Amino acid sequence: MKRNKDEKFLKTEKTPVEPFDPSALIEVQHLTKSFGELKVLDDISEKIFHGEKIAVIGPSGSGKSTFLRCLNVLEDPTDGHVFFEGNNLCNLKVDINVQRRRMGMVFQQFNLFNNMTVLKNITLAPIHVGLLELKKSKRKIFALKLKNLFKSKANKLPVPTLQTSAKKIKQDAEANAMRLLNRIGLADKANVYPSTLSGGQKQRIAIVRALAMNPKVMLFDEPTSALDPEMVGEVLSLIKELADEGMTMVIVTHEMAFAREVATRVLFMDGGKIQEQGTPEQIFGSPTNARLKEFLSKVL
Amino acid sequence: MYTQIAANTFEQIITIFSKPEYSNYLWLGLGTTLYISVCAALLGILLGTLVAMIKIQPDSKVWVAPKFICGIYTTVIRGTPMALQLFIMAFVIFAIRGFPLEITAILAFGINSGAYVSENIRAGILSIDKGQTEAGRALGLSSGYTLFRIIIPQGMKNVIPAIGNELIALIKETSIVSMAGTVFDLTYVAKVMGAPNELATYLAPMLVVAVFYLIIVYALTLVIKLIERRLRKSEKK
Ligand SMILES: Nc1ncnc2c1ncn2[C@@H]1O[C@H](COP(=O)(O)OP(=O)(O)OP(=O)(O)O)[C@@H](O)[C@H]1O
Ligand SMILES: [Mg+2]
Repeated sequence: MKRNKDEKFLKTEKTPVEPFDPSALIEVQHLTKSFGELKVLDDISEKIFHGEKIAVIGPSGSGKSTFLRCLNVLEDPTDGHVFFEGNNLCNLKVDINVQRRRMGMVFQQFNLFNNMTVLKNITLAPIHVGLLELKKSKRKIFALKLKNLFKSKANKLPVPTLQTSAKKIKQDAEANAMRLLNRIGLADKANVYPSTLSGGQKQRIAIVRALAMNPKVMLFDEPTSALDPEMVGEVLSLIKELADEGMTMVIVTHEMAFAREVATRVLFMDGGKIQEQGTPEQIFGSPTNARLKEFLSKVL
Repeated sequence: MYTQIAANTFEQIITIFSKPEYSNYLWLGLGTTLYISVCAALLGILLGTLVAMIKIQPDSKVWVAPKFICGIYTTVIRGTPMALQLFIMAFVIFAIRGFPLEITAILAFGINSGAYVSENIRAGILSIDKGQTEAGRALGLSSGYTLFRIIIPQGMKNVIPAIGNELIALIKETSIVSMAGTVFDLTYVAKVMGAPNELATYLAPMLVVAVFYLIIVYALTLVIKLIERRLRKSEKK
């Protein structure tokens, strides 16, 4: 590995990389994000470990969404580094698409693909990725066979047989999608277009769409803020189910009761910094930071 | 008197269609107009797509120069008259003896409509909610795959009618091609047929080619409507 020396990062003015903590699932180092003059994230360093359920709270405009979007580099950090499973996502040599496949993201506005049925929404990425991998292994087998042409019988390299096919990938993805739809009780909606669904249905489908990629972590950006009140419950209970199953998650939310119930750790953000963090009991029960106290007095 | 003119004109129209010396002109004109229009439209759509793809790229170092060039292209083309662009093509850039004027015209009209098509496509793509792209990218799909699988299929719906209008304008605009020299397009053959030593009247030939233009444009309108309906159907159910 002749890395390090010629590493290229998203932006030029990068702080040097510090050794990352291999036990952390996500580690951000000196994360800074500016929009022009406006510094939205100010030198944040934080680690997220397997199985943690992190709630990010804070006043509007404090940079919560930006922080979340920097975790999968949907927003390019201005400075600092983001490690996911030891890969530096700010390093241009790391294939960001491959990394993102292991990070599910759920948006406030659902963002289901309007031009596809529910089933297709869920299977699009798994099938595409499956076919890409199939192509790769086919190429590898072809290269091996080519090499074997020039080898004597005794020296021939073993050629693996293809375990899968395009058809099987598609069938598996669809079966998995139907299993997920059954789980949320929307199997009958498999072949309809998103425009015919309620907000709560859309968001639950958006969640299982992310789950279909078997992510290591789920990132939620105010998943219930765009919903009518009577639909908030169904979405929160699905998220809680995932939490109970052990899914690592980071959830930006204004639902304080939910944060208190589900989170293992709460981060309070304000002014582009994590002002205070701790267990829900600490944050909601005995806050110390003045801004946090003020924030809680407004929202509770 | 008017009935006389009408009767004469009717007779001349019959003549145009029945006498090969005239009808051959007509079919030649139709062929030339269609040839120039279709080739220019293809070039325009190709060029327009390319320019639109460049223009929607992010503001990064790699794309600064191409985006700048594309910006100049659309500004200049949309800001100057078509006839002038045709003349510059014919009398400056391709002022080569024997260079076929049809080709010059195809290039001039194609480059011209490319500028408009690119703006239509760009607007169509930008009209799609950013969240659609973000959802695709967050799933680990590449930007190209997201664009072609998610954004363009949705943008098409808005783009097709606009491009259709652009193509209709293009067909009609090709009528100025003979201003740059001798090209037997529909408009020019009407002029030739109406000359004093031929039919000696412009009314009948002009009427005939007007109907020809109308039919072409109307047929195109129908095709566009059909495509539009198809695209809409696939989204709603
Ligand atoms: N693409 C952008 N361009 C310019 N400014 C932006 C952009 N995205 C966010 N901002 C600004 O950055 C600041 C933080 O935004 P962010 O969305 O991260 O806040 P937030 O904590 O999620 O707020 P909310 O609770 O309202 O969602 C805001 O002042 C916002 O206006
Ligand atoms: Mg936000």
